[in-house]
Amino acid sequence: MRKLIPNCRLRRPRSSGALLIITALLTPVFSAVNAQKSPAILSDEQQILHVLNRLGFGARPGDVDRVKKLGISSYIDQQLNPQDIPDALAEEKVKELPTVSMSTAQLYEKYPQPGVLIRQLEKLGKLPPGLIQAQKMPGMESTNSSKRSEAPEPEANAMENENYRRAVREYYAEQGLQLPQKIIGELQASRILRAVYSERQLNEVMVDFWTNHFNVFAGKGVERWLLTSYDRDTIRRHAMGKFADLLLATAKSPAMLFYLDNFQSVSPNAQLPRSGNRQQMRVGVFAKREMTSNRQSQEPPQRMRRGINENYARELMELHTLGVDGGYTQKDVQEVARCFTGWTIFAPRGAAVAANRRLAGFAKESAGTFFFNARLHDDGEKVVLGNKVPAGGGFKDGLIVLDILARHQSTANFIARKLVRHFVSDSPPETLVKSVADTFSKSDGDIREALRTIFFSTEFNSPNAYRAKVKRPFELAISAVRSLGGDTNGGPQFHRWIARMGEPLYGFQTPNGYSDTAETWVNTGGLLERLNFGLALANNRIPGTRIDLHRLVESTSTNVRENGGVEPALKLVLGGDVSSGTRQTLMDQIRKPESSAADSVLDTKASRAEVLAKVVGLILGSPEFQRQ
Amino acid sequence: MNRRFFIKSGSIALASVSAQLSTPSFLERLVLAEGSQRTSLLRKILVTIFQRGAVDGLNMVIPYGESNYYQLRPSIAIARPSSGDVETAIDLDGFFGLHPSMRSFKTFWESKRLAIIHAAGSPDSTRSHFDAQDYMESGTPGIKSTAAGFLNRHLQISKGARDSVFRAVALSQAMPRILQGPAPAVALSKLADFTIRAGNSSAVQGGFEAIYERSVNDVLAGTGKETFEAVNYLKRANPSQHRPGNGAQYPRSPLGNSMLQIAQLIKSDVGLEIAFTDTGGWDTHVNQGNSRGQLANRLQDFANSISAFLTDLGDRMEDVLIVTMSEFGRTVRENGNRGTDHGHANAMFVIGGGVRGGRVYGDWPGLRTEQLYEGRDLALTTDFRTVLSEVARRHLGSTTLTTLFPGYNVIESRFRGVLG
Repeated sequence: MRKLIPNCRLRRPRSSGALLIITALLTPVFSAVNAQKSPAILSDEQQILHVLNRLGFGARPGDVDRVKKLGISSYIDQQLNPQDIPDALAEEKVKELPTVSMSTAQLYEKYPQPGVLIRQLEKLGKLPPGLIQAQKMPGMESTNSSKRSEAPEPEANAMENENYRRAVREYYAEQGLQLPQKIIGELQASRILRAVYSERQLNEVMVDFWTNHFNVFAGKGVERWLLTSYDRDTIRRHAMGKFADLLLATAKSPAMLFYLDNFQSVSPNAQLPRSGNRQQMRVGVFAKREMTSNRQSQEPPQRMRRGINENYARELMELHTLGVDGGYTQKDVQEVARCFTGWTIFAPRGAAVAANRRLAGFAKESAGTFFFNARLHDDGEKVVLGNKVPAGGGFKDGLIVLDILARHQSTANFIARKLVRHFVSDSPPETLVKSVADTFSKSDGDIREALRTIFFSTEFNSPNAYRAKVKRPFELAISAVRSLGGDTNGGPQFHRWIARMGEPLYGFQTPNGYSDTAETWVNTGGLLERLNFGLALANNRIPGTRIDLHRLVESTSTNVRENGGVEPALKLVLGGDVSSGTRQTLMDQIRKPESSAADSVLDTKASRAEVLAKVVGLILGSPEFQRQ
Repeated sequence: MNRRFFIKSGSIALASVSAQLSTPSFLERLVLAEGSQRTSLLRKILVTIFQRGAVDGLNMVIPYGESNYYQLRPSIAIARPSSGDVETAIDLDGFFGLHPSMRSFKTFWESKRLAIIHAAGSPDSTRSHFDAQDYMESGTPGIKSTAAGFLNRHLQISKGARDSVFRAVALSQAMPRILQGPAPAVALSKLADFTIRAGNSSAVQGGFEAIYERSVNDVLAGTGKETFEAVNYLKRANPSQHRPGNGAQYPRSPLGNSMLQIAQLIKSDVGLEIAFTDTGGWDTHVNQGNSRGQLANRLQDFANSISAFLTDLGDRMEDVLIVTMSEFGRTVRENGNRGTDHGHANAMFVIGGGVRGGRVYGDWPGLRTEQLYEGRDLALTTDFRTVLSEVARRHLGSTTLTTLFPGYNVIESRFRGVLG
């Protein structure tokens, strides 16, 4: 195993580290009024906790000591180079989720949507007898009815019939197929597992950040098959590289093309093939039409009206790059939309539904991947943000747009602000935002360099930044498990809590993604769910997740008799850094009798554990633990 | 977007939505008000429903009298009313019709409990969902720096000495913009879950209460305090004991569930005045459908959820008003994907007590090309703030309208007259 640190060599902090000491003497960059009393100066331990909380999902038992030995600067440097950090445990855990490593085409094949599969089988005359029978049952609406409305789940009514469901289950079992719902469940689990177990903590934080910035909603159409690749091939691959690369990857990703409708955006002047070749056109853009009910298409396909869809063009500029005040106009939106016509998905609903039988074989491997359909592209000249995009550019038009946007000053400002808001405070200090934007521009959009600027800044290291952010639900849940040295399978029972607290992964419907400021999360209902989560975790009431308080109890048995394990628990979860009010309250709680008076007298292992679970539950719900 | 409540330049202050640091706790106020509690808890109630994603108002309330509606929407238009044909528009007044899947609204239209204001909305030209929702919820189109939502401003303006902690409730997981602000409000998605769920819950709750109470330097303390008061109060009020009345059948959908729970809160007299919920799935860019399809399904859920609520509450609706809104409308012309893109003006529903229903209010601008906004959208002739000001004045009895919508000159003579 590679040594991560040179033995016994405590690196001097970088010169900017010296500023850590001077910080207290500098005129504060923040006003004196704070949300909570900040320490005048941060202790070593607080500094380490701060770094572990911001560059990752909190400290596990032993992490503070590890970082102390390594030195904060070295730790930060390390985290900025995740490719050099071995990560065997996290990889091992994620390997147990088969879908996470599957291609989109494979997912379509092995996890098909029942209604779609059945229609396809019917078409090919291969519907197994069991299903034919089930379809004939009374009360069963035919899945093939052309009168069926274009509901998001066209086979929903069919599934209400129990016999039908059973027949489908049997068929699936025989063929080794599974329902597509499993895919997103495994993707969410992989995110949770990595956040809990990965040594590449900063990388996981950046994956979370970019997934939110380039938000895609799992509930829309075929996204459930497209997001696995999105996480693995698009976001993860570029999370700490160059912004321009990440941007291009998202622009080409089937997940984004589908979510923001660009895969159906077609030039009004698109050259359509004659009817003989109509089949060929159906793959990709029109494969979808083939499968939906035809009641709306009274005209033959070649006379279907074309349309440019502006959705992606707008969000690309408003949310992904320039920001809403970044200086683009409605005309720019239209021109950008023209540039991206033809950026589409090959067989977006899977090989099984590819209309063209000859292409079906090819589709088997490439279904759900990016392809540029020149025939759909608007090849005229465009003007984007004052830049001429010459006619006849084809695929290059989109590349030119992305290049303009990635290098634009507004983008640097916008991304810088978001990063500073995420890593420092809900009111991003303007000085730091400017500094990060400068780094971003000068380094050609290097994400690592921008982060480096943040982590070695006075603002980041200021006492005012300590515990200034409120954890989002995902951050809270993960940090809770980590702080207790717990284990989880990341399964639905765990994810359900994250959803209850308000942040279901890939569950944000609109492209702007989850908010990164406290006011969204801090309200009566949200707080209640957080308290309940902490209690459930501490009492091991989350199936698939386990914390071992017994171990804690045993290792601190002398203390426990005195104060119910309050101090060790506080040390573990919050580095012992809590207000005297919290500490006192916890002590008082220990002395309160539990359910029966008799039990409270017995100092058994069981009662100690019960008391400890209560203490831990309270700590996880404390104001201090809501923060990072 | 700057949404600070405690605006401190350059600071990293944390703001809590429900922080009430200096006023007496709700329970203290309640105890003091024991005697006159009953009257204060039967105030007028406003239920606001936000259709997020820009509902297609032209297919929701169809101007079937406009020939251009059919010219510009060859595949998604709803056919003119034809008696006996359930796939055609439901006639309202000889010019407008309702989408056929909103059949359940017909009774309330006929009993004059339901009114519509068409060509209404925000004058701002943005076609960004987020900006437009922000503008509508903050009540300040064009301005992003407004700290609080307009419903929160109403709460502040009309603050009473005996306000319930459940005075304002949002049936949603997160606090919506429209209710964000210094005045306390509760956001919850399920009443039954609004409690500490632990073995010995009261002991644990006591522990939390003590911790939060002692964290005087943390703004979260205020949220904590309000949380526990709310939990205790709700336990005593027990709203889930109220089953739907009068044969009302709520759809089993998020909106249906929200409306059911709002009804329960109303029936259990917890002091609810302002309720909010939202509904999504309206952004029909692709394959919108016509009398059937995506939009039809959404509208059916929308109408049935509201109708169930109206039926459930029965006479209680005297004191309750529902207002619906959406951030903007959609293009008159269908796009190349059998859908519609972001537009401008939309239709709002006002339903309930005091409504002079059975009418479509507003000045209909027409759908001829020269009558359209920017040549593509339904033009605006009623500002949503006019509608909401009328609601605030005539339903909620608000006397201060100038601060409800900063920068907007409320002219009462311009009220549409939706409320008697």
